[in-house]
Amino acid sequence: MPPEPSSPCAPQEQLKIVIVGHVDHGKSTFVGRLFHDTGSLPEGKYDQLVEVARRRGVPFEFANLMDGLQAERDQNITIDTAQIWFRTPRRQYVIIDAPGHKEFLKNMITGAANASAALLLIDAKEGVQEQSRRHGFLLSLMGIRQLAVLVNKMDLCGFDETVFRRIETEYRAFLARLGLNPSAFIPICAREGDGLVARSPRMPWYTGGNVIEALDAFEAPPRPVHLPLRFPIQDIYRFDHRRILAGRIESGALRAGDRLVFWPSGKSSAVNTIERWSAPSTLAASAGESVGITLAEQIFVERGQMATHEADAATVCREFSAKLFWMGREPLGIGRRVKLKLTTQEVDCEIRSIERVIDASTLEETSAGAKEIRRNDVAEIVIRARQPIALDAHAAIAETGRFVLVDRREVSGGGVVVAAQRASATELGPKSENLTWAKGEVLASERALRNGHQGAVLWLTGLSGSGKSTIAGLLERELFNRGIHAYRLDGDNLRYGLSADLGFSPEDRSENIRRAAEAGRLLADAGLVVISSLISPYRADRARVREIMKEGQVRFFEVYVRCPLEVCEARDPKKLYARARAGEIPHFTGISAPYEEPENAEITVRTDQQTPEESAANILDYLIQTGRLASVSYDI
Amino acid sequence: MSPLDQLENQSIFILREAFHKFDNLAMLWSIGKDSSVLLWLARKAFFGHVPFPLVHVDTTYKIPEMIVFRDRLAKEWNLQLIVGKNEEALRDGRTYPNGKLTRVECCGALKKDGLRMVLDKHKFTGVIVGVRRDEDPTRAKERYFSPRDKNMEWNVEDQPPELWDQFKTDFEPGTHIRIHPLLHWTELNVWEYIQRENIPVVSLYFANARGERYRSLGCAPCTFPIQSSARSVAEIVEELRRTKVPERAGRAQDKESEDAFEKLRRDGYM
Repeated sequence: MPPEPSSPCAPQEQLKIVIVGHVDHGKSTFVGRLFHDTGSLPEGKYDQLVEVARRRGVPFEFANLMDGLQAERDQNITIDTAQIWFRTPRRQYVIIDAPGHKEFLKNMITGAANASAALLLIDAKEGVQEQSRRHGFLLSLMGIRQLAVLVNKMDLCGFDETVFRRIETEYRAFLARLGLNPSAFIPICAREGDGLVARSPRMPWYTGGNVIEALDAFEAPPRPVHLPLRFPIQDIYRFDHRRILAGRIESGALRAGDRLVFWPSGKSSAVNTIERWSAPSTLAASAGESVGITLAEQIFVERGQMATHEADAATVCREFSAKLFWMGREPLGIGRRVKLKLTTQEVDCEIRSIERVIDASTLEETSAGAKEIRRNDVAEIVIRARQPIALDAHAAIAETGRFVLVDRREVSGGGVVVAAQRASATELGPKSENLTWAKGEVLASERALRNGHQGAVLWLTGLSGSGKSTIAGLLERELFNRGIHAYRLDGDNLRYGLSADLGFSPEDRSENIRRAAEAGRLLADAGLVVISSLISPYRADRARVREIMKEGQVRFFEVYVRCPLEVCEARDPKKLYARARAGEIPHFTGISAPYEEPENAEITVRTDQQTPEESAANILDYLIQTGRLASVSYDI
Repeated sequence: MSPLDQLENQSIFILREAFHKFDNLAMLWSIGKDSSVLLWLARKAFFGHVPFPLVHVDTTYKIPEMIVFRDRLAKEWNLQLIVGKNEEALRDGRTYPNGKLTRVECCGALKKDGLRMVLDKHKFTGVIVGVRRDEDPTRAKERYFSPRDKNMEWNVEDQPPELWDQFKTDFEPGTHIRIHPLLHWTELNVWEYIQRENIPVVSLYFANARGERYRSLGCAPCTFPIQSSARSVAEIVEELRRTKVPERAGRAQDKESEDAFEKLRRDGYM
């Protein structure tokens, strides 16, 4: 006789559990039997299923409880995910049955994305199969860390402990590679109920807990109230003469009076009131609550903006690395334009690069240098959005670190943010929203044809005294002599005008470099070959320069003018090293501030081993003999 | 945050998504307990307002108390009510009570086709419906945002993925999306919430002098009361915590054949 279900007197804690595993490893049968053995089946349901099976002349299947579609019962296969409820004395469970067939992986993802913990079934006779591994991998990708593994159909291997231990060893090793540590490994026979609600007398060698105990040992995920505030705006309402910003607080908490910053615009205002209808009015609201707020000062806010506190802002960026699971009918190629949906933000984006594609069932890297991601592939990619977006790394705040990609009306990919670079001022675009970049009437290709060469930026970086300015001057002359419109953009010269307000702190150097890059970009856009010489000691700053050029579609060559510090110091043409050593110049590169060597410069010249003329000649060779400035357009 | 708060906040989020995404949005109002909760949640989401019309598909076979309740609430809460009927079928007497159709065919004609006529007439592209996953096995597979094609059919084998509250809200012209804000609620949750929020429901849910009450409301000829002594919301909650009888046991159209209800839903029934 099935035990009576408990009758709690108050609504209980609820935990969502997804049931995953390879096709035919017994997931739906397990759920049906679990409901039967815990007394959770509605009255008459069991008899009804038995009667239906008899009428159809097929054996009775517990799976038919979950397989609610005729097609599923006919083929004995689960097609779509389903959810049903049952409870133990500890709490209520929502059981999400997910299909195990590869064809229905998007339905498995739908089921798993809504769960807090998972039970993964493995057929004792078949052992670990393709979807056993793929599902484990996808659970880890989606951030589900609570997992128990059920080795099912133990009757088919005579309840043999060695079979169970072999599977346990193999699958534990696989999960360990994903950083997953299952809370339990339980041998069961779902069809006959062994191991579900009690220990099976047919497996005396197993001394661990049963399935119900494993379920009750899972923890309900805590609401992320102690994380930084993330309040994505869902809509703006004007009801009863109030302007209400509605949305769900994804993490953290807000209070009336708090000053909020809305990203990506960066505008700020204070919370005037917290609005709810037919609920006690409160001065605070926290994660999980769908609320409304009114603002003290009216500013322009729209759906998609994310409110945070000033101190713990989200990352605002246009480019981020992510792990993506692709479900689209057509492959996702580099450069393909799709829609990114993250919280309530929606922006067009493209795949900038595919770092690697991972075979989710073997964890092996497949097709290195892949140009597209196919259906059911998992890939590590870099995404570039057309507009700045506000987000967090998934590891920091899950709710604002996951997204979907929509390809022509269909939700086709799901992903988690791995890391994002905080965007530079250029990346974020102009501060005023009323600006658009005016395109000139003359195309870059037309200028190139008339000039006989493309515009470009040569970025000379190196220590003070390494010879940058000398080489830049030689290059300017040589290029000019060859009919190339060249212009030298000297770092020191910039500081006379454009950067007259800047000093030499890391922040000011950074800004000086940004300005030099922007100026170089404009000149190159005008068709010139720009030779800039700045120490530009920080890798991050130079990476940003490269970004600015990429954004402006300007050809860019980083030139490392390499020379040991001792040699530079011995040269000391401007007597700066001597003064720095005497403590007269703070933040002096090489003495009191670091120089970070380039890691991927297009050209390196050794000025301690070559004359400046030889170095200039090397650079010219690189540019001209390989056709890098040719006017005929080609991709670099 | 209590479990009911969690359910409520999730439903409000979904209602607000629907309101933002669909210019031509309506909510189905069947006058049952689920509709009452849905309507209450809409007022929560929109700060006391219901900023879209309510559609009642009237089969003319509803129990009279339901219509009285509908008209009273529409007036008190200032609701915009659209009543739709399949006039043609009613005129020709093509119904189950007239003996010309089976129960399921009658549901198809008066409710499903009746709904289609209202949607066509008003060009609604988003329809909010109060179905729940725990009601029957096909609804257990529903999505929050569930597309219906040009013929109102539900392609259950190929439903859109739903991850992390990102929904399919783009659709082809001529199709529509059913929005299900109560999908994650159970029957017991609905009554617990009615109790907590003191939401008005039609009196047919409470036991009468003969010891009978309706657990699920439909058309008079196909809906039967259950034996019960529950005379208040609190007593209903208590009863549901102990019962193992399924909610729709009193709904005759579900039982005509094994997959009758599934077929009806694939064709566009709620």
